[in-house]
Amino acid sequence: MAYDSFSVLKSSAVPMPIENVDTDQIIPARFLKATERKGFGDNLFRDWRYDKNDQPKQDFVLNNPTYSGKILVGGKNFGSGSSREHAAWAIYDYGFRCVVSSFFADIFRGNAINVGILPVQVSPEFLHEIFTAIEKDPKTELVVDLQAQTITIVATGASESFAINGYKKHNLLNGFDDIDYLQAMKSEIADFASKR
Amino acid sequence: MSNSPTTLFDKVWDSHVVRKIEDGPDVFFIDRHFIHEVTSPVAFLGLEQRGIGVMYPERTFATADHNTPTINQHLPVDDPLSANQLQQLATNSAKYGISHWGLGDPKNGIVHVVGPENGITLPGFTIVCGDSHTSTHGAFGAIAFGIGTSEVEMVLSSQCIMQPKPKKMRINVNGQLGKGVTPKDVALYIISKLSTSGATGYFVEYAGDVFENMTMEGRMTVCNLSIEMGARGGMIAPDQTTFDYIQGRPLAPKGADWDTQLAYWKTLKTDAGASFDEEINFKASDIEPMITYGTNPGMGMGISKHIPKASEVEGGVATYEKSLDYMGFAENDSMIGKKVDYVFIGSCTNGRIEDFRAFASIVKGHKKADHVTAWVVPGSHIVEAQIKEEGILDILTEAGFVLRQPGCSACLAMNDDKIPAGKYAVSTSNRNFEGRQGPGSRTLLASPLVAAAAAITGVVTDPREFL
Repeated sequence: MAYDSFSVLKSSAVPMPIENVDTDQIIPARFLKATERKGFGDNLFRDWRYDKNDQPKQDFVLNNPTYSGKILVGGKNFGSGSSREHAAWAIYDYGFRCVVSSFFADIFRGNAINVGILPVQVSPEFLHEIFTAIEKDPKTELVVDLQAQTITIVATGASESFAINGYKKHNLLNGFDDIDYLQAMKSEIADFASKR
Repeated sequence: MSNSPTTLFDKVWDSHVVRKIEDGPDVFFIDRHFIHEVTSPVAFLGLEQRGIGVMYPERTFATADHNTPTINQHLPVDDPLSANQLQQLATNSAKYGISHWGLGDPKNGIVHVVGPENGITLPGFTIVCGDSHTSTHGAFGAIAFGIGTSEVEMVLSSQCIMQPKPKKMRINVNGQLGKGVTPKDVALYIISKLSTSGATGYFVEYAGDVFENMTMEGRMTVCNLSIEMGARGGMIAPDQTTFDYIQGRPLAPKGADWDTQLAYWKTLKTDAGASFDEEINFKASDIEPMITYGTNPGMGMGISKHIPKASEVEGGVATYEKSLDYMGFAENDSMIGKKVDYVFIGSCTNGRIEDFRAFASIVKGHKKADHVTAWVVPGSHIVEAQIKEEGILDILTEAGFVLRQPGCSACLAMNDDKIPAGKYAVSTSNRNFEGRQGPGSRTLLASPLVAAAAAITGVVTDPREFL
């Protein structure tokens, strides 16, 4: 019930070739005070996106109309730091459905899948190819096919496969979540707990 | 194969797997769940939307810490959004029968400080919290790690999460630590060698005589920072130091139960010959008091060293330059003598009694530098009481410091304790990310000793000068 299902995503992409993008940058702590999952996209990358007078910083990629799309492409070690799921909520709420990087921090990767964002880990070489393709043509499209577990740069035809475990893949393809699964096995859990 | 050598991690992990999903995660049972006001409200909302309840409320413990003011805690909280989150935590806890240590409660404090000091954290347990520094509890030989809010909802509703088993890494540090080298320095040193992603995908066991000789407070500091090298968590085998710390704590096992548990805890160690996916060795004598110069915890170095050149570090030059530019530093700068505007001692990393003892050992008989604003924030009311009982408060007061009330405070600056833009803070906390301690703030992570030396001299100073 938690999110839309994910099958094939064809979209242009927003490049962010910075390493170690931490979740404090994705959503600063002072914006974690909501008690509902609403409106976090407005503060996505808040301090990179706006100056201290809340004016958009023109040199930041999200403020550059040249780039758009449902895929965010980040540098190595994306999503490090705090476990705040708000980071994944902010990325989702802004409109991204897929984040591509050569390396993800563990907690962020899990949070992303749990809210319906597909984290696609590619080789450093392929990541470079993607950045190069976007640099050449900001409207270049990527195709992320979850069933086939492939990501393709449409303009060049270059493609790479990515890993995801079968359970999570099934969940994402169908829009199922872990809580549904766990609710269905509560008697097994109770049995386990009683023996502890 | 029950006789094959097994790691501490495997012993604890395998005994908590309810179900193994083929080509998927393990359904992993959680013994203890901590919640706080920031990452739990949406989970409770989820329970209501689904019409499901809390399966084992007695296994969850709530404390308010992230958002709380560190002065005038007896007054209503000014910020309406913070006040609302605190209220929601109280309401949700009451509704589902979860124990709640709110603002003003004598047991209140930072979640990773109050769990251990009340005897909730025990060896062999699995412990989670919607906070990445949950790794702290690994100091007791528990598997403890941070989770997202969706997982908080899972634990509330089913006492389980879905977790692929991480790989295993052992980090050995042996030898004698030098003068002025604290557990914080050991951790910052390891992170500087491994980088912030060097242990991603792994669960770490810390071994060697450096950790064996550490107090529980020191072990908590080390395990706390495991996440800063990308590891989900870190753990240390329980020993007599662990058992002595736990015995007599309010919620610790007592009587015959204690004896039974103790017998089990003594089995919790890595057998000789057990294998790890990765094993790394460091020498204690290579470690000096550490300080960070950049915008992630991996950008640290010995305090007497100079900032490395971009060409000498792993990773992209652009990212490195962006980081130094943010900090207002240049390659090859010495950190010694850099002006310090703020000093923060506290947080789940260094907010325990031993940290304040260390801080006081240096400031005793000196005065705080006039231009330095210092925030001295205990990790809990119990720590606060210890500071007073041991006479540390008198030393602090004499030296011109004011003791604040417990909470996460300037570590993540969700309350009013924000470092202003452009200002430099020597901080005993855990993250030096851009804006972490307030928009535009510049953080130098260090030990309580380095923080104390900076607070009295007003510049980055080698604490060994005072020892």
